[in-house]
Amino acid sequence: MKGHPTQVIGEILDVNRSGSYYVISVTAPGISEIAEPGQFVTVGMGGDETSMVLRRAFAIHRVQSRGVYGGTLDLVISPVGKGTTWLSKRRRHDTVSLVGPLGKPFSLPTQPVSCVLIGGGYGSAPLFLLAEKLRERGCRVDLIIGASTENKLFGALDLKRVSSSLVVTTDDGSSGVKGRVTDVLDSVVTAGKTDIIYACGPMGMLASVAEFATTHKIYSQCSVEESMACGIGVCMTCVLPVIGEDSVTRMVRSCVEGPIFRGDRVRWADIGTVPPDAYGAPLEEVST
Amino acid sequence: MNTPIVSARRAGEGSNGARVDMFTDLAKMHLPSPVLTASGCAAAGRELDNYFDITTIGAIVTKSIMLAPRSGRATPRMAETPSGMLNSIGLQGPGVDSFIEHDLAWLNQRGARTIVSIAGGSAEEFGKVAAKLRIAGGVEAIEVNISCPNVADRGQVFACRAESAAQVIQIVRRNSDNKIPIFAKLSPDVTDIVEIAQSVVAAGATGVSVINTLLGLVMDTTTMRPALAGITGGLSGPAIRPVALRCVWDIRRAMPDIPIVGMGGIRSGHDALEFILAGANAVSVGTSIFNDPSAPARIHAELAQELGDRGFLRISDAVGYAHRPHTSTVDSEVQSSEVEWDFITE
Repeated sequence: MKGHPTQVIGEILDVNRSGSYYVISVTAPGISEIAEPGQFVTVGMGGDETSMVLRRAFAIHRVQSRGVYGGTLDLVISPVGKGTTWLSKRRRHDTVSLVGPLGKPFSLPTQPVSCVLIGGGYGSAPLFLLAEKLRERGCRVDLIIGASTENKLFGALDLKRVSSSLVVTTDDGSSGVKGRVTDVLDSVVTAGKTDIIYACGPMGMLASVAEFATTHKIYSQCSVEESMACGIGVCMTCVLPVIGEDSVTRMVRSCVEGPIFRGDRVRWADIGTVPPDAYGAPLEEVST
Repeated sequence: MNTPIVSARRAGEGSNGARVDMFTDLAKMHLPSPVLTASGCAAAGRELDNYFDITTIGAIVTKSIMLAPRSGRATPRMAETPSGMLNSIGLQGPGVDSFIEHDLAWLNQRGARTIVSIAGGSAEEFGKVAAKLRIAGGVEAIEVNISCPNVADRGQVFACRAESAAQVIQIVRRNSDNKIPIFAKLSPDVTDIVEIAQSVVAAGATGVSVINTLLGLVMDTTTMRPALAGITGGLSGPAIRPVALRCVWDIRRAMPDIPIVGMGGIRSGHDALEFILAGANAVSVGTSIFNDPSAPARIHAELAQELGDRGFLRISDAVGYAHRPHTSTVDSEVQSSEVEWDFITE
């Protein structure tokens, strides 16, 4: 990482609708300048006297330099809960508390290799920055984005501009290929002679993508979405079982040791459990 | 690497708070601030050093450490609740040996004061952890977490019974240096918290930390099952503040001289002042750190300001101030007119 995270007040510059989502542009001095693809920020919810005591985490979608405003960030909001709905109703000049950039970024190849980027739902948000960085390095970038239905896709048109190819899938066939991202993955990988797969989206999708990559001996990096209370590594709520370099499975924090993990390191099928062979697991699984 | 953005001491300057002496004598510790972190909300301090200078607050109270490495419970481990949250971590941690080698060593090298929170599945385990810390050194005090609700068997919550609470404290005391302060962390989920406090002090605790979380449950209405994998969890945050304050009040009234660390939903200096007035010598900031990583330093500065605004020159003068007797009608009239005057100038 280039610098350490900071805590700043950001001013909202724009809130725009995009399908089922909102794209919020906010000033983020000290954060946007050092943010790397795959990192995230947390946003305080509901103002000073809020009853929502936990921040919400959002992948950094874009970073921009906007003249007088200095560095800004774009975040993609899916208004599904109290906090995200509140945030989607912010307007120009409202301020929010930001902490970031947080988490480990995507690792970038040093060689100009061939990459497939996969986004599920608003999981395509952090792929914009990633695609730009990969293109700067001369990499081939093929994109697959998928969602349950058309208005849950994010950024299809814009992503087309930064990729060699773009395939869209929807579960209901309302846009692109009817099916899931993994249904088209084989053909995209074959056509692009893919070296690396990057993915961000729901856990089920990541599990399928990681399994495909491992089976086909392709290096993969997945950005996980775990619910987290702090985002900075102190609360221990966002853990998942990950196999370390020493082959030992540990319950690791997705906020500081992730959110980007190698696809072949995460024990996808065991997420939501503590595997009996995990480091420090109870000798006997206790039913509570 | 670390360039903290807030320093507790610096942030208090240039206001009424600047002239308040915030040095805090807690048990045998002489601390530059009454504000500590709450166990389980600050890991072992290192992450927070990005957001404020951790050497400027009273002490880092570490996440509870056990004898062996421990994976904790399955996820989901938390749920937000009105003005609070429920957590069910299950004491995940690296074990005391790794803690001493990495975390404690870092805290000492950084120059932070460290209060180590310890936990155990049995009274003997508490003793073994204490013995290892005694050899390691570099520890200001020990906080004995006899009240974590996230253990497999709720019957293991030692703090729910005076006898089991006292037994753990006795063993920790036996395995610790005579000079080291020992704080027993108490659970509010008891009929009479004063009885538990008296029993742990009689067993060798120097003071008490009140309160740990309250046991709670949240339902996930989509799955129509409890939201947490561990089913129940500990409730923390501003929602529990009045409960915590009542516990501090009751214990202070019964035991005028014991050191008390107060905690439970402290989000501002104003909240911290309530605990000080109720009788806490120091306060711990917990869940608020999740929302505001620099909260301990901010709360120190705000508390200094709140004390200065009320004419206190030393924080020690404010400890337990709410317990003072109503001496005469004249006295209370003077006080109420002062309060009114303060209010008008705000």
